[in-house]
Amino acid sequence: MVAHLLRLKLTLLRNGLRRSPWQLVGLAFGGLYALGIVGALVVALVMLRQENNELAYTAVVLGGSAAILGWGIIPVAVSATDMTLDPARFTTFAVPMRQLLTGLALGGLIGIPGVATSLVALATVGTWARSFVPAVAALLGASLGVLTCIVLSKVVTTATASLAASRRFKDVSGVVFMIPLILMGPIVAGVSQGISASAGFLPDFARTLAWTPLGAAWSLGGAVDAGRPGEAAVKLLISLLTLAGLAWCWKVLLERALVNPPYTGSGSRKGGKLGLFALLPATPTGAVTARALTYWLRDPRYAGSLIVIPLLAVVMFFQASQGDSFGILAMLGPLTAFLMAWSISADISYDSTAFALHLATGVRGVPDRLGRALACLILAVPVVMAFSVVPFMFTGSWEWLPGVLGLSVGILLTGLGLSSVVSARYNVAVPLPGDSPFKKPPGNVGQTMAVQFGGMGVLSILVLPEAGLIIAQSLTGNPVFGWLNLAVGPILGLVLFVLGIRIGGGWLEARGPEMLAQLTVNR
Amino acid sequence: MTAPHPDPHSDPVAHTRPVPALSIRGLAKRFGGKIAVDGISLDVPAGSFFGIVGPNGAGKTTTLSMATGLLRPDFGTAVVHGVDVWARPLEAKKLMGILPDGVRLFDRLTGEQLVTYAGLLRGMDKDVVASRVGELLSALDLNQDAGTLVVDYSAGMTKKIALASALIHAPRLLVLDEPFESVDPVSAANIRSILDSYVASGGTVIVSSHVMDLVQRMCDHVAVVAAGRLLAAGTVDEVRAGALLEERFVQLVGGRSHTEGLEWLRTS
Repeated sequence: MVAHLLRLKLTLLRNGLRRSPWQLVGLAFGGLYALGIVGALVVALVMLRQENNELAYTAVVLGGSAAILGWGIIPVAVSATDMTLDPARFTTFAVPMRQLLTGLALGGLIGIPGVATSLVALATVGTWARSFVPAVAALLGASLGVLTCIVLSKVVTTATASLAASRRFKDVSGVVFMIPLILMGPIVAGVSQGISASAGFLPDFARTLAWTPLGAAWSLGGAVDAGRPGEAAVKLLISLLTLAGLAWCWKVLLERALVNPPYTGSGSRKGGKLGLFALLPATPTGAVTARALTYWLRDPRYAGSLIVIPLLAVVMFFQASQGDSFGILAMLGPLTAFLMAWSISADISYDSTAFALHLATGVRGVPDRLGRALACLILAVPVVMAFSVVPFMFTGSWEWLPGVLGLSVGILLTGLGLSSVVSARYNVAVPLPGDSPFKKPPGNVGQTMAVQFGGMGVLSILVLPEAGLIIAQSLTGNPVFGWLNLAVGPILGLVLFVLGIRIGGGWLEARGPEMLAQLTVNR
Repeated sequence: MTAPHPDPHSDPVAHTRPVPALSIRGLAKRFGGKIAVDGISLDVPAGSFFGIVGPNGAGKTTTLSMATGLLRPDFGTAVVHGVDVWARPLEAKKLMGILPDGVRLFDRLTGEQLVTYAGLLRGMDKDVVASRVGELLSALDLNQDAGTLVVDYSAGMTKKIALASALIHAPRLLVLDEPFESVDPVSAANIRSILDSYVASGGTVIVSSHVMDLVQRMCDHVAVVAAGRLLAAGTVDEVRAGALLEERFVQLVGGRSHTEGLEWLRTS
């Protein structure tokens, strides 16, 4: 039975890849990325073999504890766990609970995170291969540690299943989780400063953690190597009890979950509030604008990219304050303009098959394109303006303001024009409506990359005049180039914007049914 | 594969026969190696309540998608009230209300917003849209949930809100793909009475369904489709030829498997 479950998981993985060779390319890229990190960690762990016991012990215990913590937190926060072996799907097959648990746990090892964690954990055997007995103890500890990771993540996901199934939680967690991810740089910098300031504290911290369920399993090799077999025995007991306790919790939770499927209902609300549809003009363009704006605020996939913008500003201010070089901040406006404009380059792909409504109503191509672009513009203009002006309050080099403003507006308008063309013609792989913004999207990863990079290449060519003027100003120091840019950016941008809307609208009208057919494949 | 169009000047019958609500000629579509629709020609008379029945995978959805401008056919034409769907799509779509099966909706809008959106996309007047949205929602029992996001609707409510979006512009031809799937009996009866009065006032309805009983009671015309081909078409009485539509359907489509075997399933 356990073998059946594992084979099922492998078959699902293989059939997923069989849908398109590009899926395989996507997996290969993900694998390569993981392989890079895993490779570095494995080498580091094996190198630790040469170091003294205390350093290796501290590193292994802290790293291992972090891994267990990560497996516990990330699945809930991202709400994008791999549900291919969702226990709810086995309700009708009377699989004995013990075998179901074993099968699901081992199935959790299949996939990039499971394999990566296992490989790194096994590398700790290399760290403690100073003699035979510590190596065996480390192997035992690593196996227990990895199993604890898997079972903990299962406990957490099962416990929060009904919470995670509610749409509101999914929407909010998907967006909120972005914040620490983007602020990673400042956070890591802060933590590493703190660590280097209190390096003497870490070995103590590790020793304490080693007595807790988080670190016990990982400390086995080190304790044996240091010649403390008694301590190792107690820690083995702690880690075994942890695993058994978690497994028991999982069993209880799963038994309950299998007969009480998550309830996802929500109260009903009467109508009468048309929201943005009442505010904007009652024309096709106005309606598309209202719909797109509503999505920017309500759909986590859009709201997520909106929340990146202020965080980006925080990150850049942090970077600038670290090096006391506020010059880089001048690029905040143009960068924001680019991100906002490019974010609608996959707008129809984000619609998914809901685009059928546009096709069925026979809305013209230009209102469709213009409405989406205007919605983005309404949000982008105040932000881009503010982010173009505010940095100069810190640097005081106001002579750059006209040029930067021209560049920002140029990029924003040109980008929106180009996005309108790109999203009318190319269908790219994006998370489906209702999915977490982090979820690996189904479909053609290769084409997505080609479209994204190709589009950005074209955009950088289209804004060459504005970029050239900025460079000219920096070479000559002549502010005239800046003022020239303030004129060229908006005018050239507006021309390209109109051109993009018209070309995109024409293409969309001509190829609407083909777009829908492609969207249906990815559904 | 396209059937030659009769020249209206040389064909005396064309003058006397009324223009059909939907006329499809030699529609065909291939997906990769699989032929989904293999040359279907069909006339749907104006003012009829027309049922399309067929087993799973018969090509019903594909045919209706091609007839309504959602999927480009490999061969063939579709003409709605004399307007070629693929030559003049924008004009043809004004005449049609479409409820496609298996597509998403803009489900982050409230039900009320979604129907309003469908009306405004068609360029309708704001006040007309507002009054019709109210009437449609109360006719379909969705008043209580008008302000709920469509993503939180049940499957049956989602079907009903999609139907409201298809009705908002008072089309002359309604094409409904599986409109009664997962709709509760009370709502289904409401929808049927809406459709009946729509047909009585001169509109044309095309529904696809698996439920023979429903089609026999509801429709006046029926077409039987299997494996991408048209097996029979005409008034319900013509097609069923005295038998129950379900019996006639099984007879036409075939593939009724022998009831022997499965002895182990008998409990006694």
